[in-house]
Amino acid sequence: MSAFAVIVLTGVLLSASCALIGCFLVLRRMAMMADAISHAILPGLVAGYFLAQGPSALAGFAGAALAAVVTVTLVEALRNSGQVGDQSAIGIVFPAMFALGVFITSRYYEDVHLDTDAVLYGNIEFAPFDMLIVNGINLGPQSLWMLGALTLLNLGFVTLFYKELKLATFDPELAAVMGFSPALIHYALMLMLSVTTVGAFTAVGAILVVAFLIVPAATAYLLTDDLKRMIGLAVLAGVLSVVIGFLFALALDASVAGAMATAAGVLFTLAVLLSPSKGLLSRRRQLQQQRQQVILENLVVHLLNHEHIAAESHEAEVTHLRSELRWSPALAQRTIRQAERAGLVEQHGDRLTLTEAGRALARQAQTRAER
Amino acid sequence: MSMAELLSDYTARNVALGSGLLGVISGVLGCFAVLRRQGLLGDVLAHAALPGICLAYLLTNSKSSLVLLLGAAIAGWLAALALLQIVQQARLGEDSALGIVLSTFFAVGITLLTFLTKRGDAQGAGLDRFLFGQAAALIEEDVFVIAVLAAIAIGATALFYKEFKLLTFDALFARSIGLPTQALSVLLTSLVVVAIVIGLQTVGVVLMAAMLIGPAVAARQWTNRLGIMIVLAALFGAAAGLAGALLSLSAENIPTGPVTILSLTLIVVLSLLFAPARGLVWRRLNRSGG
Repeated sequence: MSAFAVIVLTGVLLSASCALIGCFLVLRRMAMMADAISHAILPGLVAGYFLAQGPSALAGFAGAALAAVVTVTLVEALRNSGQVGDQSAIGIVFPAMFALGVFITSRYYEDVHLDTDAVLYGNIEFAPFDMLIVNGINLGPQSLWMLGALTLLNLGFVTLFYKELKLATFDPELAAVMGFSPALIHYALMLMLSVTTVGAFTAVGAILVVAFLIVPAATAYLLTDDLKRMIGLAVLAGVLSVVIGFLFALALDASVAGAMATAAGVLFTLAVLLSPSKGLLSRRRQLQQQRQQVILENLVVHLLNHEHIAAESHEAEVTHLRSELRWSPALAQRTIRQAERAGLVEQHGDRLTLTEAGRALARQAQTRAER
Repeated sequence: MSMAELLSDYTARNVALGSGLLGVISGVLGCFAVLRRQGLLGDVLAHAALPGICLAYLLTNSKSSLVLLLGAAIAGWLAALALLQIVQQARLGEDSALGIVLSTFFAVGITLLTFLTKRGDAQGAGLDRFLFGQAAALIEEDVFVIAVLAAIAIGATALFYKEFKLLTFDALFARSIGLPTQALSVLLTSLVVVAIVIGLQTVGVVLMAAMLIGPAVAARQWTNRLGIMIVLAALFGAAAGLAGALLSLSAENIPTGPVTILSLTLIVVLSLLFAPARGLVWRRLNRSGG
């Protein structure tokens, strides 16, 4: 496999495993917990390095997972003490853990492989060169094995416990009544988050993990109201950002993980603007359409009210309408043209008359207003 | 180095003054952030400052702290704006909005930083020192800039103390009596950006969150009055800053930022456990005794 293919495939597996868990984080408003865990595993990695007397994937993994559990426990304990707000609890725990990790690294392991830049944004670039070797047989890039296993694990977790996760997320009371413990599901999710973060850490570092967990899931959230579709779209958005980001990094000769996370941010921005249901532009257009509808209804109701009165000829004059309904000449002209096109009114010289359709719409609007 | 030598040493004086001032200002502003339950705002804005620093360097080719920090401030400010837009328009939870803005801005920053490094620029300009802060690199000019910024931020807080207090505890009432709550909120966030800009040089992007949250949480344990809380938080912040500076100078290979945060964490833990009335130990004792 070419080096480029390994990097992209590593990114694809990484973003897929993150997106699967990320959807539930976004829906359960636990995004910043991901941030806390990804920072706080640093001292665990260092401890693993210390205990194994050198770099060891397994010791590092175990240390990091332990640090993640410690972090979750500490944050929950602080929150439950009732003395510290949710955000403050997170903001006290993870910097302390991270500071501890940096302190130990720079004090005792100055010459160690664990350099701080890699901690912050990983080194997915080295994925093709780090091979998994068992009994002297080269089994291919280690990152593919690890992230492939992680993707399968997360897919298994979400598929197997889909109903429980869904219920505990959207209706924790009902879940409790039906016998699933929302707390148990919460901790299971935290555990999966910890494992995912640790697995993703070596590839993209502490801070960018958050981008892969949260941003594609948030993008998907803006595009659909259906949970299954949201998970699918989140994976798709993640994979797209990996491919776009990789090409971008190649062109710019910059950090691959950074560019991939940037691409995820760009896709999210596009979704904020263009989402058909929740996008900024479509909601603005909807608002405008509603406003136009009200203006049209005003016109036909006004015409209907004056239809059989002696002064009708005067009331229906275009110039009079303008002053009566306080419309600017431009608005009046636009509205009348629109009403004509919609077959609501007919214009004869300077006078407007309602068509049958116009009359029907006016009555409809009136009854709605009366109700 | 002995204490007397430390205090007369040029570097030591700069480091101690810079870290101490950061402690004071982040203590003061952190109180409002924590009480308004926006503790992690500082974390997000600090991460978001990174692309601003890189862009400022890319555009001006200047290494001057003033130029770089101006870039940081503008980026931090844009991030605050983006945060507000995402919460209001996209109707995602505040939590997700924080995560999105933090990671996206930081990703752009890392992309730019590595781009500059590969070009052979960033190392020379020392841009990566902002990631973890490098108090030892502070020169007299930096300390002067920090002092001026701190004076502005604390002056503004003193001037608008009553308004900020009302905004923090009862924003609805504040609006009903005609206070421009939106503008005050923007001002308060801008002051937090100023504190972050100072912090970037000494504790760095990643650990800045604790500088804003820690002193305030610790101070909250000792008092129920905002005025006293602010003074205490300023003292705690300054103590942690000074401890970090002095410890890092007393031996080799001790980074200022992490040691500052670890000192601060010690203060927080002691306050959480032992402060009278609110301390967890006293409460446990009271419960078992009564």
